[in-house]
Amino acid sequence: MSAPENEHAKEHGGPRVDEPTGTATMGHEWDGIEELNTPLPTWWLYTFYACIVFAIGYCVVYPAIPGIKEGSHGTFGWTSRGQLASEMDAAKAARAPVLAALDATPIEDLPKNPELLAKAVAGGKAAFKVNCVPCHGSGAAGSIGYPNLNDDDWLWGGTLTDIQTTLEHGIRQPGDDATRTSMMPSFGRDGILKPADVQDVVSYVRQISGQEPGNASAQRGAALFAANCVACHNPDGKGNRMFGAPNLTDKVWLYGGSRTAITETVTNAHAGVMPAWGNRLSPATIKMLAAYVHSLGGGEAFAAPAAPAAETAASTGQ
Amino acid sequence: MTNMDPKGLTRQPPKRLHAETQAVHPRAVDGRFRRLKWAVMTFCLAVYYITPWLRWHRGPYSPDQAVLIDLEHRRFYMFAIEIWPQEFYFVAGLLIMAGIGLFLVTSAVGRAWCGYACPQTVWTDLFQHVDRLIDGDRNAQMKLAKAPWGPAKIARRLGKWSIYLLISISTGGAWIFYFADAPTLAREFVTLQAPSIAYSTVFVLTCTTMWFGGFMREQVCIYMCPWPRIQSAMLDEKSLLVTYKDWRGEPRGKKSPTGAPLGDCIDCGLCAAVCPTGIDIREGPQIGCITCALCIDACDGVMEKTGRPRGLIDYVTLEDSARERQGLPATPHWKLIWHARTLIYLGIWSAIGAALLFALGTRQHLSIAVSKDRNPPYMILSSGEIRNAYAVRWKNMEGRPRKMQLTLDGPAGAKMWSEDMAKEMAARDLTRIIPADTTAPLRIYVTAPVGTHEGKLSFTLRALDQDGGEVSYATRFDAPDEDHD
Repeated sequence: MSAPENEHAKEHGGPRVDEPTGTATMGHEWDGIEELNTPLPTWWLYTFYACIVFAIGYCVVYPAIPGIKEGSHGTFGWTSRGQLASEMDAAKAARAPVLAALDATPIEDLPKNPELLAKAVAGGKAAFKVNCVPCHGSGAAGSIGYPNLNDDDWLWGGTLTDIQTTLEHGIRQPGDDATRTSMMPSFGRDGILKPADVQDVVSYVRQISGQEPGNASAQRGAALFAANCVACHNPDGKGNRMFGAPNLTDKVWLYGGSRTAITETVTNAHAGVMPAWGNRLSPATIKMLAAYVHSLGGGEAFAAPAAPAAETAASTGQ
Repeated sequence: MTNMDPKGLTRQPPKRLHAETQAVHPRAVDGRFRRLKWAVMTFCLAVYYITPWLRWHRGPYSPDQAVLIDLEHRRFYMFAIEIWPQEFYFVAGLLIMAGIGLFLVTSAVGRAWCGYACPQTVWTDLFQHVDRLIDGDRNAQMKLAKAPWGPAKIARRLGKWSIYLLISISTGGAWIFYFADAPTLAREFVTLQAPSIAYSTVFVLTCTTMWFGGFMREQVCIYMCPWPRIQSAMLDEKSLLVTYKDWRGEPRGKKSPTGAPLGDCIDCGLCAAVCPTGIDIREGPQIGCITCALCIDACDGVMEKTGRPRGLIDYVTLEDSARERQGLPATPHWKLIWHARTLIYLGIWSAIGAALLFALGTRQHLSIAVSKDRNPPYMILSSGEIRNAYAVRWKNMEGRPRKMQLTLDGPAGAKMWSEDMAKEMAARDLTRIIPADTTAPLRIYVTAPVGTHEGKLSFTLRALDQDGGEVSYATRFDAPDEDHD
């Protein structure tokens, strides 16, 4: 403090009072700059004290104080893992009635209960994203070698029961006795058909699928087809679901329908594998997945629900 | 000190950082404006308390409360009007009308909103009447305020605050009935079965009513409310203000000490004593004046008693003040109201109102929303047909089930079917009965023959009852590129 202020303070027995504002100063001064003593509002101060009291209580009841090896535990025994576990338990408990109902309902009866079916489809949609998307794609549209699940072309059957079986036991899953299995011979590679014969068979297949007009090659191919392929693909070429033998007359090609692609298939054969999910997912989850895949627009054995969905699925959303 | 302030600039009396609160104990007054205030107060309170109890029959599927903000089901009911969330522009329009309505009123009659209709004014007025009922009029109130605390004062205060609390609870209590069926909620509320949000809302509104109406009062108008600030920018020389005609009243006094002639003001101070915001209007226009005109009533009474013409304090514009000062006659009030600004506001206000009414009258009570599947954009079926999928939401905004037909307008040969029917039934139109007040989602599959190119596709939703109505939604149909194998 400079001399005059000191005198002033002495006279008044306290810090100098700033005249324009009528407020006392704090009594200190730096390069002629003083600080007014403007106290906090009382409500603010008591809120601050209350916060301190709350914080102390918080530190006691919740884990708050760090230590060398582990921090304090708090008297409430709260942990973030514990909270997660209880939230997960609550979610599980909320789902339990639906899962129990699914367990009790044979899949072919699902369409009789539109409400449960709708829940199964919703659950299957979520399970599909977790388990199936890597091969079948997020829109279930598949890709070369991985079937498109939206269409109406099914290798092993497209009813709810068929899809459930496929999901449970997989396709060509080693070690699963009930898995769907078949083996197309590698006609070209194993020398069953000569390369020229393979081309003739390809011509025939492209003829019956409407991609090429009939010609001499296709006629030769027809004979070869009758001798080698009809056991699985049927005399009319429409396949056989018992062996997962595709319909060769339609427009859907798992490995491509071009001459090159069919030549490759006849020469080396394909034997796609889908894992069996029966030992990885619960029966209810498999039912939900089957219901979802069936709902994508190509599901077979459609059973009309009790009432049209627009009337029963009365959502009150916007 | 002298070396710090050589020019003595800071040698002024200490200033405080805030104004000292002055308790206001307005005196009871009677007169035409007081009676108008009674009428407005009765009307406003009646509207507030009675509205949620009015019934309005809407059929078996909708609530029968005339005015209901149904947050749970996202519906806003107002007599014959039902508003869905996507039609919230109607509410926005109403709010804009309310805003421009305020401008209009300000332009026509000055701060009338503040003086008569503002809830803060209405409730403050109500609480001030409670003060008079319990403590007596102005003088008794001031005496009691100064009196030391004793049994009598405690009893009076407790009595008064109990009535405050009662008013506050019924104010907060009435609010919640706008958001649920009033009789049901009332029953649940008293049997402690209402949702906790009802109790917390009533609690908060009870506290704010008690605090704002019972204790803050004119402080809210003078220090907290933004409207007086906005309003002072909207007043001009043509705005009606409560004005003390100083050219007529001054010099004021009961008896001239010098014998010089005096003005009409006898300096009785009644105009200041009746003021609910505690100002003296004779100091000129000020922000504290809410133009409630109680001082006009008070002064008119005194003028009558003393045998002078009424209107020493009156609604006058600044323009007219200047005219009257020069002895010219004042413009009639009806003429004042109709100046250009008022007419422009009235035009805007009516235009918005008419537009809202037009939209309300012509709006469709059905609606359609389509979201096309993009993953995958299209599918090839085993027959070679191209299939697209759409999530179609049929909206029935009427309070009764309606039969509706969805029609497809798209590529030649395109047909549709839905998830709830077999593909073999595919057709160009589908008919469904949509429940009352409902959005029904339906997945629609559309197939088009081999060789169809991508292009436009639209759905039309048509109501098949006598009221009719038709809406369309344009989307697209995806197909493989032409060079696709």
